[in-house]
Amino acid sequence: MFAIRATNLKKQYEGRPPVEAVRGLDLAVEVGECFGLLGPNGAGKTTTIEILEGLLTATSGDVEILGLRWGRDDQAIRERIGISLQETKLAEKLTVRETLELFRSFYAQGIEPAAAMQQVSLEEKQNTWVAKLSGGQRQRLAVACALVGDPELLFLDEPTTGLDPQSRRQLWDIIRDFGRQGRTVLLTTHYMDEAERLCNRVAIVNAGQVIALGTPRELIASLGGEQVIEFSLQRTDAHAVPAETFAGLPAVQAARQEAHHYSLSVSEAHVTLPALLATLEAHGLAMANLTTRHASLEDVFVHLTGRHINEEAAS
Amino acid sequence: MKQSALPANRPWSRRPLVQIVLSRAREFYREPEAVFWVYGFPLLMVVALGIAFRNQPERPIAVDVVASAQGEVAQTALENNQRFQVRVADLAACRERLRLGKTDLVVISAAGEAQRYDYWFDPGRPESALARSAVDDALQRAAGRTDPVPTGDQQMTDPGGRYIDFLVPGLLGMSLMGGGLWGVGFVTVDMRIRKLLKRLLATPMRKSDFLAGIMLSRLLFMIPEVLVLLVFARLAFGVRNQGHTLSLLVLVLLGAFSFSGLGLLVASRAKTLEAVSGLMNLVMLPMWVLSGIFFSPERFPAAAQPFIRALPLTQLIDATRAVMLEGASLAAQAGNVVALAAWGLISFLLALKLFRWN
Repeated sequence: MFAIRATNLKKQYEGRPPVEAVRGLDLAVEVGECFGLLGPNGAGKTTTIEILEGLLTATSGDVEILGLRWGRDDQAIRERIGISLQETKLAEKLTVRETLELFRSFYAQGIEPAAAMQQVSLEEKQNTWVAKLSGGQRQRLAVACALVGDPELLFLDEPTTGLDPQSRRQLWDIIRDFGRQGRTVLLTTHYMDEAERLCNRVAIVNAGQVIALGTPRELIASLGGEQVIEFSLQRTDAHAVPAETFAGLPAVQAARQEAHHYSLSVSEAHVTLPALLATLEAHGLAMANLTTRHASLEDVFVHLTGRHINEEAAS
Repeated sequence: MKQSALPANRPWSRRPLVQIVLSRAREFYREPEAVFWVYGFPLLMVVALGIAFRNQPERPIAVDVVASAQGEVAQTALENNQRFQVRVADLAACRERLRLGKTDLVVISAAGEAQRYDYWFDPGRPESALARSAVDDALQRAAGRTDPVPTGDQQMTDPGGRYIDFLVPGLLGMSLMGGGLWGVGFVTVDMRIRKLLKRLLATPMRKSDFLAGIMLSRLLFMIPEVLVLLVFARLAFGVRNQGHTLSLLVLVLLGAFSFSGLGLLVASRAKTLEAVSGLMNLVMLPMWVLSGIFFSPERFPAAAQPFIRALPLTQLIDATRAVMLEGASLAAQAGNVVALAAWGLISFLLALKLFRWN
């Protein structure tokens, strides 16, 4: 049983030239899954999620939500889903409770506003104006507005963007609690750690298409090496040393270079390291630094696209 | 599957319309500046206009006398009468003052044997024409004219017939128009900019509930606004409603309904506050000018009358004046009442159809 099914979804925005935001995207999210759409800004994640939420109309393609269809069962779908947009400014001068009472009134069935407040730990703020809430509290309120209709399926568009680490973890807990009730979550994010920790399955989206799909573990395993060795050479040396120099070392699956930084995907770091040091010494090169870590979804993305997912992370 | 229809036992506080109106009301009264502009501004307007148009002692008539030997006779004759404010200057200066509206009339005494006065005045200015006949009267009497029939004056300043009585229904209409259009239009576009409308679209909320909620909340805010205006006009200027209170109440609600509907329509597509402001002004300007807030629209040419009559503000002010000044019944104003209701209803339905949620 699928909570969400999208087939060959396309969305073209009018303009000169027209912008193809989504180009033939397929998606099948099972009931009870926490599914992540992962990709850089501009990959088409928000367009995709808004089509699934019924807020945008696809140029072509087929969408099924909980076995129902937009255009035919709109009201029925809306009763059963909860959403949080990437950016909504709720009424500043209403309190948390008043906001939830308002949203609760739209649903034929749902949970008590007090219960929604409790789920997102905002009970203490129930009489506080939205204007006085912190960014994390506002985001939790936005999620509470989605929960108050007791949805089977929750859509969250970049739920933790711009939040501090503590607020992000609080939101993760809320999402996990929701998932434990056997309900479905579809979220978009450009945070790798978020997708890795939260999602049962992840679709990596780039330029309006799904370029990889699987559990975070599967995706990372697809790199061949589950560990990464990163090191830098002195700036002056790096011109003379292409990444291929290291590609043949034992246990190395892939080698990449960015200026004087090198990154090797390896299956067994303890095998590669002595050989690496020997090679550098043979060439008379000095290392500026060295780290080893577990491979992440970020590495998957870099491997697939040759780019980093976040501009910030690349610099 | 859940039913989207309301269960019959849903408590009143869980009804979307109630919650939307409640939310709007809370947001409104928690914004003290908005409250001031909505309630304080019309009041300031009445006070200012009331002072400007209060029944004041007659303004003295400014008369310039061209300096000459005979001119002194005229000067003396006029200065004996309190109504005139006399200045003596040479011809060129007098003409200039008349041209600039600083004097109402110039008196020239002809040189020569026979006594003769020539008047220069501006026939387009009522006070100038008035000065001509008043000065002529005074000079003729000073020269020895006697009136064959005695006359006496009675001044008519009873409530109901004064300018302020005429003005209050006009201001009432103006404030209903401004409040309805700005109040609804700005709030709606602001919610669109904040993507709150988009968020609401994603809920099972009925669109008509939302639009009706916005209109209904505006109607509620209007009641104290109108009350403040009417009570103040009564206490300060003795302006009374000659008609039935209920008739007036119905007109006020109908006006608020009509203009908040129009506000929704104007705001139904606009994406920015600038765009909606421009549209509002476009819609309101003809009504400000033509609908008779400050003077009767009958002064405009007959050809324009059908258009002027079709404007909702004309209909509202007309009907309100008929009720307040003449004590007319609503039935007597059925044409205006039906037209006003139609404006509101059609605007609402069009807005529902055109409304942009994204």
